[in-house]
Amino acid sequence: MSVAELTPDVTTAAPPPPPVYSEPVGRSLAASLSSKPGRWVVYILVFLWTIPTFGVFVSSFRDEVAVKTTGWWTVFWQPHLTLQNYKSVLGSANGGDNLSHFFLNSVRITVPATIISVGVALLAAYAFSWMEFKGRDWLFVAVIAMLIVPLQLGLVTLSRMFNNGAHFLGFTVFPDLNLNNSVVPIWIAHTCFGMPFCIFILKNFVSSLPREIIEAARVDGASHLDIFRKLVLPLSVPAVASLCIFQFVYIWNDLLIGRIFGGSKNLPIIAKLVEVSGSRGQSWHLLTAAAFVSMVAPLIVFFSLQRYFVRGLLAGSVKG
Amino acid sequence: MKELLNSLFTMAVGLGVLLVALVVVYTLASFLPGRWKERGHIAVFLIPALFVILIGLFIPMIHTIITSLYVDKTPPQFQWFANYGEIWSRKDTRLTVVNNLTWVVVGTIATTVLALAIARFADGMKNEKAAKALIFLPAAISLAGAGIIWRFVYASPPFKVGLMSAVTKSIPGLPASCGGEGDRIWLLERGMCGIDPPATAPGFNTFLLIVVFIWASAGISTVILSAAIKGVPDSLVEAARVDGATSRQIFYKVTLPYIRATIITVATLTTIAALKAYDIVAAMTGGNFGTSTLANDYYNTIFLQNRDGLGSAMAVLIFLLVIPVVVVNRRSQRRAEELMGA
Repeated sequence: MSVAELTPDVTTAAPPPPPVYSEPVGRSLAASLSSKPGRWVVYILVFLWTIPTFGVFVSSFRDEVAVKTTGWWTVFWQPHLTLQNYKSVLGSANGGDNLSHFFLNSVRITVPATIISVGVALLAAYAFSWMEFKGRDWLFVAVIAMLIVPLQLGLVTLSRMFNNGAHFLGFTVFPDLNLNNSVVPIWIAHTCFGMPFCIFILKNFVSSLPREIIEAARVDGASHLDIFRKLVLPLSVPAVASLCIFQFVYIWNDLLIGRIFGGSKNLPIIAKLVEVSGSRGQSWHLLTAAAFVSMVAPLIVFFSLQRYFVRGLLAGSVKG
Repeated sequence: MKELLNSLFTMAVGLGVLLVALVVVYTLASFLPGRWKERGHIAVFLIPALFVILIGLFIPMIHTIITSLYVDKTPPQFQWFANYGEIWSRKDTRLTVVNNLTWVVVGTIATTVLALAIARFADGMKNEKAAKALIFLPAAISLAGAGIIWRFVYASPPFKVGLMSAVTKSIPGLPASCGGEGDRIWLLERGMCGIDPPATAPGFNTFLLIVVFIWASAGISTVILSAAIKGVPDSLVEAARVDGATSRQIFYKVTLPYIRATIITVATLTTIAALKAYDIVAAMTGGNFGTSTLANDYYNTIFLQNRDGLGSAMAVLIFLLVIPVVVVNRRSQRRAEELMGA
């Protein structure tokens, strides 16, 4: 789900709600609220939720004949596992999909796009929080209002712009930049579409930094650049980290932008996966491994940094 | 690997140039007199973001809205809402719109109710963390990847290896038209159990895609709702308990009203995601067999058929459907706040 455009709460006028989403503390009452049938509902749902992924995971280690002729659950009484599927999809030899190439594509799309969008947004978040200028609140509301604009609404024009240059009333604003074979348009697209969301998250955090510190620095004659570099940047590390993780997973998992701007050479792995799945009538067994290769990076992030991930998510989807 | 290093180098150079440029402009602005100095500094911080939003979002949005009013001819011809008329009058595109609305209604209600149930029943349970993490896991998987995973669940002949077919086959007495023989082609057949939907009504395969959507979005909703449930003050729960309320009563009379605003938020998020449903459809059916959604048709229309006008109208339609959702959300949020304040 593209949370970047999802956040529905766009007004900042309302007073902040009580800090409802703090870390769960030990609760004595909660335990007595859960009931036995309730627990079973949860167990059944967890089972149903896990089975599809688990099935494909198991299948990815089975050989071609097994995947095509018997269900994955037969593995429990006919265990026979192989790494052949992974070897085939990662390599480029005889009909392999060379997914390692597209995996690296995703890395070189995702890492820079994340850094650029968060960096630019942090600058703006500082300006919206700690610089005084006319129409500041109005401008901020305008930026946040862009959150509800669906990606699709800007995508056509942007892609045509990259292909043909921008022309306005017969004048060429900028020429065809010849970026067709580069990942730069993908970076720019992700930066553009993620910008309102990143500003929204970071502004919430940066503006809640203690006023006294910033003001004391100002009295001491520190310039904006000093305050930004020496105070705001180090103090914002938690929010920046959460947002980076969130952006990373979001950009990695994107299909639409990668498909449109990727051409054939720069496709991110998710777009390649969908392309391969369309032409994979006969080699289903490889699709299992391909799917898991595409999920490795976000899953690692998910398992190792779950706490930050969830925090970023809560910040993004819940007003606060 | 070489390309990776190349790209990282490009990024480093690009960011470096941008950073140096900003610092140079900032330093130059420092020499300006009084008010202009401050204005220069503000510009340095603000202009990059505003530029990106203007060029990448605002102008393209206006351009797309204008394009949607032009019929796809060479040269494009201005004809007010002709493209919107075409979306509704053509049977296939009308089915797309109806499908999309089905995604919104079924997907949103099912996701919210399921998430609420998990959040409620898991609260305070022994393995709560593990249970929630497993439900949440699909959130880390791309929607396209989720589509691929579920294609294996719905696998159908020639590969009789799908879990879905295995389950329906094992149900004794289930007619073949409902999958009793295990040879139903799930993603292709619109009818179910002998009932064939009309040409502009969603088929059973559309509902199978919505299941994937629910599977993928329940995790996020659960995490948000669960956090809200934990935010209900213990004193409230305790007071209700002292008054002799059962757990069920506490949930319906205390917890639900308290987290009302959050429920609305979750429903809104899910609705907007359903309105933009694309990845799952693209990965599973490509929009064939009457399962398309607006975002999927949008992609095909613009980038495969090169019909910018019609495709733009579809994008604008998604936007027009999102707006009332956001407005309703704002209204109910405000009402919820007033109720809480009272």
